[in-house]
Amino acid sequence: MAWETVIGLEVHVQLRTRTKMFCGCRTTFGDPPNTHVCPTCLGLPGALPLPNAEAVRLAARGALALGCTVHEISVFARKNYFYPDLPKGYQISQFDQPLATRGRVAFESPERGRIEAGITRLHLEEDAGKLLHDRFPGKTAVDLNRAGTPLAEIVSEPDIRSPAEARAYLTTLRQVLVYAGVSDCSMEQGSLRVDANISIRPPGETALGTKTEVKNLNSFANVERALEAERTRQIGLAETGGRIAQVTLLFDAGAGEVRELRSKEESHDYRYFPDPDLPPLVLAPGWIAEQQAALPELPEARRARLEADYGIPAYDALVLTGEMDLANYFESVVAAGVEAKMAANWVMGDVMSSFNETGGFPVGAPRLAALVTLVRDGVVSHQAARRIYAELAQHPDQDPRAAADRLGLVQVRDQGALSAWVDEVLTAHPGEVARYRSGEAKLMGFFVGQVMKRSQGKADPKGVQPVLHERLSRR
Amino acid sequence: MSAAAVARDTGARLAAADAAGLNATLYWSQELLDAEARRVEALPADSSLHGMPIALKDNIVTTDAPTTCASRILAGYVSPYEATAVTRLRGAGAMVAAKANMDEFAMGSSTEHSAFGRVVHPLDPSRVPGGSSGGSAALVAAGVVPAALGSETGGSVRQPASFCGVVGVKPSYGRVSRFGLVAFGSSLDCISVFGRTVDDAARVLAAMSGHDPLDRTTLDRPSMRRPEPRRDLRGLRIGLPREYFPADLHPGVAAGMERARRATRELGAELVDVSLPHSAFAVPTYYIVAPAEAAANLARYDGVRYGPRRIGAAGGIQALYQATRGEGFGPEVQRRILIGTYVLSAGYYDAYYRKAQRVRKLIADDFRRAFTGGVDLLLTPTTPTPAFRAGEKTGDPVAMYLADVFVCAISLAGLPALSLPVGRSEGLPVGAQLIGPFFEDEAMLAAAAALERALGADAEVR
Repeated sequence: MAWETVIGLEVHVQLRTRTKMFCGCRTTFGDPPNTHVCPTCLGLPGALPLPNAEAVRLAARGALALGCTVHEISVFARKNYFYPDLPKGYQISQFDQPLATRGRVAFESPERGRIEAGITRLHLEEDAGKLLHDRFPGKTAVDLNRAGTPLAEIVSEPDIRSPAEARAYLTTLRQVLVYAGVSDCSMEQGSLRVDANISIRPPGETALGTKTEVKNLNSFANVERALEAERTRQIGLAETGGRIAQVTLLFDAGAGEVRELRSKEESHDYRYFPDPDLPPLVLAPGWIAEQQAALPELPEARRARLEADYGIPAYDALVLTGEMDLANYFESVVAAGVEAKMAANWVMGDVMSSFNETGGFPVGAPRLAALVTLVRDGVVSHQAARRIYAELAQHPDQDPRAAADRLGLVQVRDQGALSAWVDEVLTAHPGEVARYRSGEAKLMGFFVGQVMKRSQGKADPKGVQPVLHERLSRR
Repeated sequence: MSAAAVARDTGARLAAADAAGLNATLYWSQELLDAEARRVEALPADSSLHGMPIALKDNIVTTDAPTTCASRILAGYVSPYEATAVTRLRGAGAMVAAKANMDEFAMGSSTEHSAFGRVVHPLDPSRVPGGSSGGSAALVAAGVVPAALGSETGGSVRQPASFCGVVGVKPSYGRVSRFGLVAFGSSLDCISVFGRTVDDAARVLAAMSGHDPLDRTTLDRPSMRRPEPRRDLRGLRIGLPREYFPADLHPGVAAGMERARRATRELGAELVDVSLPHSAFAVPTYYIVAPAEAAANLARYDGVRYGPRRIGAAGGIQALYQATRGEGFGPEVQRRILIGTYVLSAGYYDAYYRKAQRVRKLIADDFRRAFTGGVDLLLTPTTPTPAFRAGEKTGDPVAMYLADVFVCAISLAGLPALSLPVGRSEGLPVGAQLIGPFFEDEAMLAAAAALERALGADAEVR
């Protein structure tokens, strides 16, 4: 029997602020435990929260980038539960009056083409701390550096229909948030976290099935894997007459399995109520309009513009806009005088390889432009340019031309030198020479290749052909 | 008199109060007093509270003494930072003299719910001083300090002021920073003042009031000034809300109120009948709102980061929570946490918490209507009876809660109010309550000063 899968995602992103949500402590990653704490984020008696205006701005910006309505009045609420990483015994979040509601993410579904998933809400909240289980034998330690870090929680509608779609949605959501400058969205550093809700139903059914929630998803690939595993488990249950219970599951990436964490009966009653320490968050309509106006170009618009303005293929525009930094780099290279398709090829080639490896650009855009210009002007070959690129990546302070000289990669156009290499090649391959002369014209490529090889890539191929023609036509 | 001499005298009086078994303090030391005197002597001599010794209720944090909230769960806890109100008072020249005993976490109306023993009424050891700021009230009433800070969530300064025969002033909500006041019911909590006189209390209040960037619920309005006392009450219309004068009012309280009414009229005020019908629901509303907030506010006392920790026999984090909180909190605190947890629970929220919020608004609307209807101040009894006997209500929580029947509504409405002595009943003080419109604290205090002077001539009052 066929089943329809229904998925909704809850994504937490860390807002790119210098300080925490309700105090002046710095938000950093990887510092020694409990070095960025104060009375407020430690939950000391008598301490009070002060909302971080920059966090509010970034969350509003993110919401607007996702097409949400940002509300003039929203309310901070206390979410009550006990856990050692939660200093106050409640998390300050937003509940029935969130910052923003009703947005959408348009993305490319691997199965359904271009679709939209609705955003139910985006709200502000503070992060909890971290438990360290491996620091002291037999004991658990608490690090509260992260406690109070500003987060936006983004809840999607149950509009996603497959694990692969979930991954595509996340990829696009992440792109939008990075473009909007809202968050780094780094899963490694925990600045983007995903909880997934999934249920199945017979095709055509409109009511939702019983959903389960999968947690502990530390990469987009694992979101897809975990949802595949859970979908398979649910279908297996449904087809053998079992009952799908509303449970929370943890994904074990090593085993590729989901494991039950707790059932609905054990789930928390968070007893939300408005936080009396914080008056409602009031945003002026004019301020919201300013944030809307200040939004940068978002991925979709940029993709369309790159295609139109630079005349590059749609595929290239899609790849280049996949990462905002990559698109920026591409435009800088073009601005430095490189032909667009040539720039796109370079950025999608060696540049993207090093970006994926390091997350950065070891060779600055002006240097790459200078290098590509050397190829265009025939000073170095494409192959030589790639070697120079690798050299520049190691030693970024070098000038491309100087590197070409130092590596001896400048193409040789001197007639004497070219003639010498050609003569050597023809002497070494009398058989091929004879066959060429008897009409096998396609052997020209072979001779050019041999000359290039003999010259260690230094011969200018454009200069080599006329010399070959001249020598081979002599009898 | 030099600050050093005041510090020595204050120490001697604190020692005498201890020796008399008042049990009004949880911490004081001569060294700390002497250090305060040295600090104050470096300040300008014309600072508004120069050399005034002040006691602090033990739920206001200071860095040089423990802050326990009279609870075992905070035994020995010393704050790494100081409350804004204390910083301001110290800056104005006040000397912190002692941390005063209180009902645990300010929950109670008799100061019998302290983990460190009950506070004794200075005039009758068999009676309670009121609460929850009973230690602060007793210290002022016993003449140990001229002024003391208490805190109000639902009458915890006005009620003990009435019981002890001193002035107790609760400012408008948002007038004094709560930063450093250990939270009980955050939407209600106000640092408040006891004084021997209206002027003492007003000076202290003026020195610590004003917007605090560290407390988002303080109002960004000009700070309160020390009010110019009125000579009379001419031109004022003073409302007597009929719901606050029940037929079965204690005769001693009724007599005190009659004296207050007469004095008010003689000072030239016009007395008018008003109605505040929803005040009847103030106590039940209060006992939903305050415990709900308290249940969340007290969740942080979990034994993980500070305070005594109990591991619990079963091991594990749940056992640690249960043992730490089960042993650390007294029965009244546990009762309120349970009430608060219950009224916020799924399925009960609408019936209790949400409804209480609606009633709270109706209660506040009553007051607003009275004040916009041409009444300048309201006059009511502070308490239904004079100080009751220790143990009289400890077995009956609801009877204890009803000791606050005349003070709760004002807290829910966020209004300024004060209690001032208006008579005695069988030797025990009786107080009357003046209530002002929101942020009209100065006008209320100015009128109270006139009434205080008129009544001061009456031998029955002091």
